[in-house]
Amino acid sequence: MIWNALLLALREIRRNLMRSFLTILGIVIGVSAVITMVTLGNGATRAVSDQISSLGSNLLIIRPGQHLGPGRDSAGSAAFKVADADALRNQINGLAAVVPVSSKSVTLVAMSRNWSAGVTGTSRDWFSAGKWQIVSGRVFNDAEERAGAAVCVIGETVRRELFGGLDPVGRKIRVKQFSCDVIGLLASKGQSTMGNDQDDLVAMPLRTVQRRLTGSVDVATMMVSVRDDASMDLAKDQITWLMRERRHIGPGDNDDFSVMDTRQIAETLSSTTKVMTGLLGAVAAVSLLVGGIGIMNIMLVSVTERTREIGIRLAIGALEREVLLQFLIEAVALASLGGVVGIILATVASISGSALMHVPYLFNPMINLLSFGFSAAIGVIFGYVPARRAARLDPIEALRHE
Amino acid sequence: MSEPLISLTEVTRRFGTGAAAFQALRGVDLSIDEGDFVAIMGPSGSGKSSLMNILGCLDTPSGGSYRFRGLAVEGLSRDQRALLRRHALGFVFQGFNLLARTSAQENVELPLLYRGESATQRRERARAALASVGLEGWGHHSPAELSGGQQQRVAIARALVTGPSLLLADEPTGNLDTERSREIMDLLTDLNRDKGITVVMVTHEADMAEYAHRVVRLVDGRIASDVRQAERQDGGGRA
Repeated sequence: MIWNALLLALREIRRNLMRSFLTILGIVIGVSAVITMVTLGNGATRAVSDQISSLGSNLLIIRPGQHLGPGRDSAGSAAFKVADADALRNQINGLAAVVPVSSKSVTLVAMSRNWSAGVTGTSRDWFSAGKWQIVSGRVFNDAEERAGAAVCVIGETVRRELFGGLDPVGRKIRVKQFSCDVIGLLASKGQSTMGNDQDDLVAMPLRTVQRRLTGSVDVATMMVSVRDDASMDLAKDQITWLMRERRHIGPGDNDDFSVMDTRQIAETLSSTTKVMTGLLGAVAAVSLLVGGIGIMNIMLVSVTERTREIGIRLAIGALEREVLLQFLIEAVALASLGGVVGIILATVASISGSALMHVPYLFNPMINLLSFGFSAAIGVIFGYVPARRAARLDPIEALRHE
Repeated sequence: MSEPLISLTEVTRRFGTGAAAFQALRGVDLSIDEGDFVAIMGPSGSGKSSLMNILGCLDTPSGGSYRFRGLAVEGLSRDQRALLRRHALGFVFQGFNLLARTSAQENVELPLLYRGESATQRRERARAALASVGLEGWGHHSPAELSGGQQQRVAIARALVTGPSLLLADEPTGNLDTERSREIMDLLTDLNRDKGITVVMVTHEADMAEYAHRVVRLVDGRIASDVRQAERQDGGGRA
């Protein structure tokens, strides 16, 4: 009986090809939107966490304030000083490097070209902690760090904007009032998932930035890389304990700084993209619902239009449930067809979308199955009312219908 | 014959309630034997259609009893009546009532589909039914590509394909010209005589009623006359 009903339903869909296509369009768009949003969102989440974990699992980042990301309340918390970094380095065992970082955005001038970029003041350990490679020249040495020498290592984007195709090593960049020797060029890391260009930077010794650019002895953040043989948790606890002491935090008070490992940072960042994914998915799900209403609408029209046909079927002995099933299966077949077309469309859109956004394409069988099941369920829910109306028709009235 | 195929006792049919009530049938007693060919005649509003709907198990009487092969139809549920129609009845309508944009073959297969017969069986039986109404090889045509007479033949084939014991024809020639009407009536006569199918036909054309063995006249919801006429000679005696 179900097979026959399916046969009848498919015959009917084929007979009204154009209308069937327009009917399922809502479902197609809904399903493909849901799947595309979720797939791209998952790809973006994965890219963020990949990028953070590429920094290495033994990295800790210490910032003033408690929160990371938009709206962080670091304003009220005192900044770190170089002495804090020294204290960490000297008093805690098991740390490979402690890298203080302070940055400032400035305008750079070279070869009569302008470019605005962030200048990072740090120690030479920063390059290894951040997994930067040098393609040309060298990083700054101990003497330059201590003296606050006017030397810098630049990223690929800065080189391209200021020097075009030339080798920048040995040339000079004007940074605010002082002139700075370019001593090294970093290998390109490309765009990050958050959309910013990682190669758009200039690195200088911390002291140079403090003296000549920020005019203070503050350190914005500290990166700590823990030795492979040392415990991350122990290092974290020791750092927290030492920093609380140095910042005079009473036993009952909360930390006014945060120590995060890369996994935590990845989680914090990807939780943002996860929320976005959820929201976009929800909006897309609404369009799926609208698609269902479209199916109900067309099925109701179809029942009215085919009243006489229903009368004929009833007269020749179709049971109420057979007519019900026929129309229900027609609605479900339409909706499922929409689901299948939507999945195909979503796959195309997700693959090209993730290529465009530079995020990995992650095929998610769960969301595909779920969307398909949901579209079929929409067929049942929104097809039931029209189908029941068809099944309950009085055969005499229906046969008389023009 | 021991038991009549159809037996109506004091059948009434009332539509609406109160002041707006309309009494379509006011007590009809009618008995039709297996193999008979009955024409039901009467002016419009005489209750022909109501009687036909009750005979076809599409409607149930308001009062009285309808027995089909001894089975009390008024006690059956909607689905049970549908099953009775499916297995024992065939319908032919004035307006043909074929499914549009559906080939003649598929139209004829439709009742078999509901009987759950296999695709090959459906194809074979529908083809045979079409051949028996003289439409061999017309199976792939849709109703729009067929003349009125041909469409009515397809409808008759659809009614026949299940091998019903009763064929109900509601003004089967109402939409056809005289020539086509005669062809259809000859076909019904042949089916009645050769296959022993009981035929009950509503008509308001006296020359069509002449094909029947028995003419029942309805006036105001009652049987006014019930006349058995001499059997026609095959092919001859056309008016």
